[in-house]
Amino acid sequence: MNRSVNNKKAVRYNKWGLIFLIPFFVVYVIFQLIPLATTIYNSFFEHYRSGLSFVGPNFVGFGNYAKLLSDGDLGIYFKNTMIMWIMGFVPQIIVSLILGAWFSDPSLRLRFQQFFKTVIYLPNLIMAAAFAMLFFTLFSDGGPINNILMSLGWISQPFKFMSNTWSARTLVAFMNFLMWFGNTTILLLAGMLGIDTSLFEAAEVDGATATQIFFKITLPLLRPILVYVMVTSLIGGLQMFDVPQILTNGSGDPMRSTMTLIMFLNKHLFNRNYGMAGALSVLMFIITGVLSIIVFKFTASNEK
Amino acid sequence: MNNQNEKEKGLGIGVRRAIAYIVLIFIVFLCLFWFYVLIVNATRSKGELTRGFTPIPSTHFFDNMSNLFHGTIPVLTGLRNSVIIAAFTAILSTYFSTMTAYAIHAYDFRGKKFVFTFILMIMMIPTQVTALGFIKLVQGMKLEDNFVPLIVPAIAAPVTFYYLKQYMESNLPLSLIEAARIDGSGEFHTFNSIVLPLMKPAIAVQMIFTFVSSWNNYFTPALILHKDSVKTLPILLATLRSADFLKFDMGQVYAMIVFSILPVVVVYLILSRFIVGGVAAGGVKG
Repeated sequence: MNRSVNNKKAVRYNKWGLIFLIPFFVVYVIFQLIPLATTIYNSFFEHYRSGLSFVGPNFVGFGNYAKLLSDGDLGIYFKNTMIMWIMGFVPQIIVSLILGAWFSDPSLRLRFQQFFKTVIYLPNLIMAAAFAMLFFTLFSDGGPINNILMSLGWISQPFKFMSNTWSARTLVAFMNFLMWFGNTTILLLAGMLGIDTSLFEAAEVDGATATQIFFKITLPLLRPILVYVMVTSLIGGLQMFDVPQILTNGSGDPMRSTMTLIMFLNKHLFNRNYGMAGALSVLMFIITGVLSIIVFKFTASNEK
Repeated sequence: MNNQNEKEKGLGIGVRRAIAYIVLIFIVFLCLFWFYVLIVNATRSKGELTRGFTPIPSTHFFDNMSNLFHGTIPVLTGLRNSVIIAAFTAILSTYFSTMTAYAIHAYDFRGKKFVFTFILMIMMIPTQVTALGFIKLVQGMKLEDNFVPLIVPAIAAPVTFYYLKQYMESNLPLSLIEAARIDGSGEFHTFNSIVLPLMKPAIAVQMIFTFVSSWNNYFTPALILHKDSVKTLPILLATLRSADFLKFDMGQVYAMIVFSILPVVVVYLILSRFIVGGVAAGGVKG
């Protein structure tokens, strides 16, 4: 009898769980789900601004997708985005692994760890727009970096960082590296500190070197976190926007070699080119959706 | 030379430590050099800046700042707008994310597992892919040049929710909630007066992260805010970039960059231990 009273009470309480979920879901439906549906809907219509008037909306089925995939720009921007992501991610993961290994190595006993962590995490909190603006001024033709290089005698005339494909891409990748390696280091370090230390002790007793321990014990045990870091970084990389947008003033120069997918989307949105923006958004949604499922599987299995 | 032999067994601890410090110092340099140049240049006058770089700061920082405030860019309005949006976003986002996390953590109802799975699944979907529909919605609601569409959507923040849910699992015993019920506390009252205070450390961490990401956000605000009087700092920076600014007073450009990042840097330096710890705690455990 007591039990049934309890159950009734529990049911009465538990309806509060649903009530507390209302704000999240109302806001989610209005500001995410409905926009997602509108975006998909718009991707099937020809609808753009031409001069002062609008063309459409006319239903064109998969016309926008066909146009997007066939005219070649999408491929270029996808390639640019991936190149700059990889150029930033590879050094990021290497540096983060090394720093994580050092910080977590008890025999190394590094001092000033808090200071180092504070410094490497700092760029992550800097406004990307301001950071890009700073790099644009520092690396401009008459800017401080050219000044310094010239006074060191390394170059005889200003190097045009912004007019050269690879130097412009390197700057974007370098900024992404600086902004994210601190974050990755701290995540990997947390994972490394979670490894059972008796494993390391046993390996040391068996005469393993620090390098062997790193490759044979730390790295395999870190695999889940590494996958997580990589996929989330890839999702972030596909969203690359602020840095190249501000650095190149939205042009993606030189020769559109730093133009990313989201810069392309932003351009369509600003030109009120709704049909194409819709198709591009849906493609991005599918790609990030697939990647998200990988992250989700990882997080969900972590729940247990 | 001796090392050649030792290499078989790995480098000696002293050598390894030395390498670690050298690399770390180089990385610290790599992180801070740009900001050092920024600060030095923000203290130099227009004339001094045209004469090439010197590593020694000058004395014109306040002149540059005052020129900036009295110049054509509405930086003070921008600061006010950025503060309003970021502060409200941080408060609403953390309050309602805690509420959502509490709903999942403390109650049992049909479909709870599904709801949780759903939130985890949408966690990584970027806002950019729904931007088109979002703009159309905002236009339809006549909320362009308004802060509401930049603040309210933060109520549904899956990442913040997930962090708080994780924290709740280890720091919010259900027996406490039971005890509150026995004392006759209503559910909403329990949430506000017992759960929120217990969640303070995690809420504070998330408030900082939400504030900073809203403060730094450029993509969405740039699509919504068109009038000068409502623009935030990142949009003003973009405007400055698109102006033919090499003809501009460079002292002011540097001052503007300092002005945009300084608040966050100051807060970070005060709370760095706390923030870095928060990142580590948010990371998924292996």
